[in-house]
Amino acid sequence: MHLLGKLTWQAIPFDQPLPLISGAAVIVVALAVLVWLLLKGHVPYLWREWITSVDHKRIGVMYCILAAVMLLRGFIDAIMMRVQQALALHGAGFLPPSHFDQVFSAHGTIMIFFVAMPFVIGLMNLVVPLQLGVRDVAFPTLNSVSFWLTAAGALLVNLSLVVGEFARTGWLPYPPLSELQYSPGVGVDYYCWALQISGIGTLMTGINFVTTILKLRAPGMHYTRMPMFCWTALASNLLIVAAFPILTATLAMLLLDRYVGFHFFTDTAGGNSMMFMNLIWAWGHPEVYILVLPAFGIYSEVVPTFSSKPLFGYRSMIYATMAICLISFMVWLHHFFTMCAGGDVNGFFGIMSMIIAVPTGVKIFNWLFTMYGGTVRFTSPLLWSIGFIVSFAIGGMTGVLLAVPPADFQLHNSLFLVAHFHNVIITGVLFAAFAGSTYWFPKAFGFVLDERLGKWAFWLWLIGFWVAWAPGYALGLEGMTRRLQHYDRADWQPMLLVAAAGVLILLVAILLQIAQLVVSIRSREKRRDVTGDPWDGRNLEWATASPPPPFNFAVLPNVSDQEPYWDMKLRAREAGQLQTSEPHYEPIAMPRNSPTGFVCAFFSVITGFSLIWHIWWLVIVGLAGAYATFVVFAWRDHDEALIPAEEVARLDRANRTARSAAVQRQAVT
Amino acid sequence: MGAGIPCALGLAAALGGLAGCGRAELEPAGPVSAAERVILFDSLAIMLAIVIPVIVLTIAVAWWFRASNRRARRLPEFVYSGRIELLVWSIPTLVIVFLGGIGWISSHELDPARPLPSRIRPLDIQVVSLDWKWLFIYPDQGIASVNRLVVPVGVPLHLRLTSATVWNAFWVPQLGSMLYCMHGMAGTLYLQADQTGVFPGGSAMISGDGFATMNFDTEAVPDERFTSWVREARTGGPVLDGAAYRRLLRQSMAVKPYTYRSVESGLFEAIVLEKLPPGEGPRNGLPGVRPEGG
Repeated sequence: MHLLGKLTWQAIPFDQPLPLISGAAVIVVALAVLVWLLLKGHVPYLWREWITSVDHKRIGVMYCILAAVMLLRGFIDAIMMRVQQALALHGAGFLPPSHFDQVFSAHGTIMIFFVAMPFVIGLMNLVVPLQLGVRDVAFPTLNSVSFWLTAAGALLVNLSLVVGEFARTGWLPYPPLSELQYSPGVGVDYYCWALQISGIGTLMTGINFVTTILKLRAPGMHYTRMPMFCWTALASNLLIVAAFPILTATLAMLLLDRYVGFHFFTDTAGGNSMMFMNLIWAWGHPEVYILVLPAFGIYSEVVPTFSSKPLFGYRSMIYATMAICLISFMVWLHHFFTMCAGGDVNGFFGIMSMIIAVPTGVKIFNWLFTMYGGTVRFTSPLLWSIGFIVSFAIGGMTGVLLAVPPADFQLHNSLFLVAHFHNVIITGVLFAAFAGSTYWFPKAFGFVLDERLGKWAFWLWLIGFWVAWAPGYALGLEGMTRRLQHYDRADWQPMLLVAAAGVLILLVAILLQIAQLVVSIRSREKRRDVTGDPWDGRNLEWATASPPPPFNFAVLPNVSDQEPYWDMKLRAREAGQLQTSEPHYEPIAMPRNSPTGFVCAFFSVITGFSLIWHIWWLVIVGLAGAYATFVVFAWRDHDEALIPAEEVARLDRANRTARSAAVQRQAVT
Repeated sequence: MGAGIPCALGLAAALGGLAGCGRAELEPAGPVSAAERVILFDSLAIMLAIVIPVIVLTIAVAWWFRASNRRARRLPEFVYSGRIELLVWSIPTLVIVFLGGIGWISSHELDPARPLPSRIRPLDIQVVSLDWKWLFIYPDQGIASVNRLVVPVGVPLHLRLTSATVWNAFWVPQLGSMLYCMHGMAGTLYLQADQTGVFPGGSAMISGDGFATMNFDTEAVPDERFTSWVREARTGGPVLDGAAYRRLLRQSMAVKPYTYRSVESGLFEAIVLEKLPPGEGPRNGLPGVRPEGG
């Protein structure tokens, strides 16, 4: 047996310049960054303050950075696909099918698992404990492990660019195409192991956040006083806990088929590929709501703040959220109306899918009535929210259209469907991620982002999205299916050229967002948020400094209302001074940093990589290393460090002074 | 803030897309696609009746209550209203009750496996998806055709679909419903062409490297032309027996249409019951890219 399993020099695509050059460029940039960090002496700081941090805010920021970087990677894939389809009338374009198929598979996998998921989970990490008025999540070290396992999965997906190949089977690898007989390469293995590793991370996040929200809340914060974002985070994480084990089990079965000749999904020897379809969508449809529910939560924070009004119909919103959470598990068959299920089954699941539109519609109306009678400030987070409502109304409508079985008989797997899910994921989830990251950026970093560039980016994203995807709806109605490497219909090309132009607009939008970040960082001193409340916010995350101290709150807040911070602020403004006298500061015990997550992820990458290439001895090394890390972590004696009372007082007094000054200013005016 | 203009542009683009110059589903050539177009447009109209006012209201409310508008009446305590709650739950509910009814009835009436109301005896066609071509077997005529589906106008088509290899989805947009072809299973689909013409068809499910080449023309011809086509096919072309079928199992792309003058009886059933081997898949780990002619 070969020492390196299936891994030979042939795995490096020397004959394909595109992945090789882009892969080399990524490696060069990564090395340059590493060398710069080493030379500047930043590595110890990064290790101490970020890599080993178990602070939920730091982990949240790292999740968002991972999502942003992977967004760039996934977007490059998008550009390649749009250019290919714009060119490939009657011809080959510039990507052969073997490469084009990898590009769309990687694009979907990356955008869902390594952009949308980490963005949403990152914002939950940053915000949920602050909104609940607590010091951290229930299991801080586990949280760090979750993040690093997600990053490990992302690394494996990117590794496939230069070592071997990625799956050519779409973002969900349906058997029999994904079985060994039809996909003998390592692509599907890369897909499966990357998702197995990051999936474990996501499941642990789910457990962590369900526990945090159910068991750790500031005194007095009943369920009906929780901010809407926490409610949606609870619903989303309940779905993670219920759905992700299905994904893990399904991929495990596919791996058993591929590695040891089982026949779960082979369609021969008693296997059944329909079972994969059933299982993957039993996870896959709830997954959509895992993403979109926290997005709804973000809009439910942004719209009230910038309308200077509490959320309209708060209880209605809770019912709507939990209704979506429940029904999302009862609709998965709408992904296979076109697979001979019969009128009763199709009719039932069509109706169940349509029912989800009811609570979603309620939410849209409630945001509308939140703005009604408010004082609306058109900041960029609010623009993202309005852009969302307008676009999502259409995306939701086309979704309900697809839920009508006979309409789906004609639209399934057409570009109409692809336009629909880009409509809901981009203008629903991604717009929320942008709204949320602009809104909470000052909380994380202590200064606000440049609004002018932010608004430009918004308009270009909105216009670019519609220029890129309105043609998709039209092409679907013209009978164009998804994932075509080339086509012979001349009447499709004009629309595909328009779509390619749309992607160019989006490119400019993304460049503006990068510019926004650079400009804002360079002028950060002018943009300081000294009070911790730059937007006149309403929930507890704004009741502490920006960025918050490691312990979040010097004294845990006492909650007596649905918008605790707003009430505190109103009373203070009326009186012209802070309404709480300086508390008696006590030392606070916080969890110590731990390299467990990083080391575990390191061994996970080794395990995953050697499993993909059948390097069995290295698999054993990787698994032993990961296990040993857990044992060492479990044997630690000191898991908490004490922050002395003087330090707590120093940090808190600075913020109290700033707030007090702000209150006096506002009381005078 | 010109909040309205680009939003309206985007909306116009989307609606333009929906109502656009589409040819396929919007130019039906048979009863199934015609009925599906009616369902599609009806559902769309019902929803647009709600969606357009909501979009307009959202933009109007946000704009009217902008901070700088002195004429706007502020209601900072307006956070709950039983009447509005009733309204916001009942509007979408009513729409969905209505649409749900349409969905339930139409998913029975347009069930792909439901025979079309016609006094003419349906024509049996057996569809087999292969890597990466289509095999159409005409059991009653005893012939088969690769990558070209010839059908008589006005006659219901009784299609039975399976796959000899990975999944594919059989789709001729202008005729109507698509249906999956799966190994070891046989699906039933009724379609009919009401006018002569050539209607493009293809696979709607990724099936590997040759997926984009899995196109075929559906030629709807008058009865007598169909009969003469069958007669012609019987006189020429190879025989589809076990050996010829094994050659079809090899991966090949962009196969030019040709016909078999006779077909071994029971071939389709043997494929469905897995009495014959499945598609070969790539050889030596590399996809076979051998164009294959008639």
